[in-house]
Amino acid sequence: MINEETLKELALSKSEYQLIVERLGREPNKLELGLFGALWSEHCGYKHTKKLLRSIKSTSENTLTEAGEENAGAINIGSNKAIVMKIESHNHPSAVEPYEGAATGVGGIVRDIFAMGARPIALLNSLRFSNLESSRNIQIAKGVVEGISGYGNCLGIPNIGGECFFDESYESNPLVNAMCVGIVDNDKILSAKADKPGDLLIIIGAETGRDGIHGASGLASQNFEETIELRSAVQVGNPFLEKLLIEACLEISNLNELVGMQDCGAAGITSAAIEMAERSNLGLELDVSKVPVRESSMTPYEIMLSESQERMLIAVKDNQYKNIFEILEKWDLKCSIIGKFIEGNDVLIFNNNELISRTSIEVLTSPPEYDLSKISKSYKNHKSDLTLKSKYNSFNKEIISSHLENIFSSNNIVSKKSIYKKYDHHVQTNTVLEPGSDSAIIRIKNTDKFLLFSCDGNSRYSLIDPKVGAEINIAESCRNISALGGEPIALTDGLNFGDPSKPKGAFQLIETFKGFNKACDIFNIPIISGNASLFNEGHNSSINPTPIIGAMGIMNNKTKIINKDFIKPGHKIGIIGNFWGSNQGLSGSEFQSFFDKETTGDISINLEFEKKLQDSIRKLVRLGLIESSHDLSLGGLIVGLVLSIEKNHLGVNIEKSVPDNWAGALFGEDQSRLIFSYDEKYYDEINTVLNDIKWEPIGSVTEKNINFENILFESEDLFLRYNKGFSTDL
Amino acid sequence: MKIGIVVFPGTWSDSDTHYATNDVLGINSEYIWHKDQSLKNTDIIILPGGFSYGDYLRTGAIASFSPIMKKVISFAKSGGLVIGICNGFQILCESNLLPGVLMRNNSLSFVCENSYLKVNNDSLFTNKYNHNEIIKIPISHGEGNFQADKKIIDELEEQNRVIFRYSSKIGETNLEHNPNGSINNIAGITNKEGNVLGLMPHPEKACEKLIGSDDGLGIFKSIITTSIQK
Repeated sequence: MINEETLKELALSKSEYQLIVERLGREPNKLELGLFGALWSEHCGYKHTKKLLRSIKSTSENTLTEAGEENAGAINIGSNKAIVMKIESHNHPSAVEPYEGAATGVGGIVRDIFAMGARPIALLNSLRFSNLESSRNIQIAKGVVEGISGYGNCLGIPNIGGECFFDESYESNPLVNAMCVGIVDNDKILSAKADKPGDLLIIIGAETGRDGIHGASGLASQNFEETIELRSAVQVGNPFLEKLLIEACLEISNLNELVGMQDCGAAGITSAAIEMAERSNLGLELDVSKVPVRESSMTPYEIMLSESQERMLIAVKDNQYKNIFEILEKWDLKCSIIGKFIEGNDVLIFNNNELISRTSIEVLTSPPEYDLSKISKSYKNHKSDLTLKSKYNSFNKEIISSHLENIFSSNNIVSKKSIYKKYDHHVQTNTVLEPGSDSAIIRIKNTDKFLLFSCDGNSRYSLIDPKVGAEINIAESCRNISALGGEPIALTDGLNFGDPSKPKGAFQLIETFKGFNKACDIFNIPIISGNASLFNEGHNSSINPTPIIGAMGIMNNKTKIINKDFIKPGHKIGIIGNFWGSNQGLSGSEFQSFFDKETTGDISINLEFEKKLQDSIRKLVRLGLIESSHDLSLGGLIVGLVLSIEKNHLGVNIEKSVPDNWAGALFGEDQSRLIFSYDEKYYDEINTVLNDIKWEPIGSVTEKNINFENILFESEDLFLRYNKGFSTDL
Repeated sequence: MKIGIVVFPGTWSDSDTHYATNDVLGINSEYIWHKDQSLKNTDIIILPGGFSYGDYLRTGAIASFSPIMKKVISFAKSGGLVIGICNGFQILCESNLLPGVLMRNNSLSFVCENSYLKVNNDSLFTNKYNHNEIIKIPISHGEGNFQADKKIIDELEEQNRVIFRYSSKIGETNLEHNPNGSINNIAGITNKEGNVLGLMPHPEKACEKLIGSDDGLGIFKSIITTSIQK
């Protein structure tokens, strides 16, 4: 009988083991147990999330793939072009070895994109660290940023945006979510499938080593409470080799002999080859002795489960590999025929012609599905009375000024330039709007299109109320796109959660999907791809539930490019939505976290109003009626105003008095608010466009300082604090 | 008139350079693969940016031993026009076509930003600019800190071979406006004969106003004029 130690190493439960024995009709051998451990891991098998994933809106009239069917999702943007995009996490590896963990995270998501025949045209990322107060946390944050920089810059793909956020809940589990975008002609999208029996299975790229064994099952599918020494489970990246793979694979993708392509990522050859066969409704024969290895005497188990980076699998028409091998030779890439697809459902693994395992696709790829609703127990961080102390409810100039100075020393508020300065964001010469605004804009050469991208999440909201948090997540990601004129057309999601087999984790996941579903319906937008990273726990505490949404928007390339920055004194300022924030809006705000050290309260969003707001702002941008546009989010109204004037060193004059509930009014992060600046001569036209939505002119752009009728804040000092960046240089 | 763009494994500015010269300026441009046996009768050679051979060992070091570099070196020695951009500059230094070395940035970090450069227009590569014109061109490198011994630096200065210097928007060339620690704010130099230029900034990335600047085109326009006159 199997011992528990072995099962634990593979993250399989006893009952799962019994199910394996039952389905096989015998005990699995060691190699087979490894295959099950990998394929039944959350990372590959989605056993906790499959039911939920099925519920999500994953298609629209423009989608070209079904979610989960291919390496990434694809959407038609017209002119016979498709955009392929996906987000993927590399959280656990980055906690163990920040530089290589983050670097190989970039490598993995890029391979998912070019596996579809698409040229990678943009990277984004979403990072979560604990406070920069201990040397360990600083080392992790620095290592992750250096890793993304070191790997990404070598590939010649611009890194155009993202976000970085600090919270204590990420102390044991930093989050590294990388997003990649690619472009391909509609009729050239590759599938990760073989065509018919006899098609060859070929591995290309790096030799297989002993690195990353149990990455998917061990690292990605367990928490850190008892696992400390996992270094061998982290892979080491070689971006140079990845760059060669990109070019060679894209060259190969034009050949008719090529049938399908698949990234060899989590769970290595096991997952890549078996998933290919599964999608093709075919069986598979594979000989591990044919796999080029880095070290001698590697066992079949190690070869099948290694997560060595920079490897791809391709399916090729029988005997028609000559041209493909020529291209690979040109790029000095190794390759080897390691097996072939066969009629039926069998998976036959050989070692030097000796059969060492005989199982079936069906058994290997159908892990049990867990119904989280049976485990889930409601958990919301509400407090009936939001403890809005009276100290925040009486107007006092000195107190407000000192709070403002302090909030501009928060790592969550200050400029992130020291991070994105380390990433090449100009290469490929398409970047029309650089990182630093609500979204990034790139042009697509030889078309009439601009594409907009953002990558965003707010885990505090998800902690308070995961359903509403998820709704806000999608609303805000889309708002970032709409603010600059883009029409959001596709999303990708990164789900970073705690242990789903615990009542709280299960609840947070279920509620998040409910929120996503509602928002996707109202915005009529699909989530075309995604990734789940569960078990982000350690030291008996879980991370805040952290869904991340990557959003893509589209607009005509004649549209005037605007960004968050006010342009010049004399321009007027308008706001759509409520001008002042509210006390309720302090729930889950930066202000609350900074000064009251808590994340509680009530959050809400009116998605119908939000949709109208986004439709309106897009219209204003497209008609060329406004000069800048910026959504109010983290830090509320006052931070939004400062961010609008810092770049061009301007000021604002607001024709209103700050009310007594100044904390809520200035720092409340109430949803669905957007400020814009405009030339007065367009007032009537703007008013016509906005005739059925709440908006008002609130003042004008000046040369310096933020002037309300009853208080003035000096702006120069705030600019200095903002531009000084993080408390510790990353 | 034909520009040859050399592609090493790991090069990534090849297509950006091709776009700037061929598509934006309409100059016939052709790629030259590192394993090719000839320079394909091109009139101007560009070594573009990237991480040739992964820049393992030392930036540009392995590329300088590449077969195609033998051809590039003899092309340069016979007076042919050669531009090395970023990694290309590093390769030219490693090949001894240009003096000095490009060390790790003094911040020890990769840096990507728009840099302002003060132009010396007394060269075959910059005659389309005004003297001391300030241009905006992106940089993107981890090792752009140009250093050489005093004798070489004195020679570069005396012979007026410093073609670009990092500067402020209004032309101050001081430490505050030096992104990598390079001596005398040097961003680009020529060889003694004046036919080989190396620069860290990426002129091909400043090829259209839409993407932030078209200030880089002056270099390509200058060499065309130069090359036609020759």
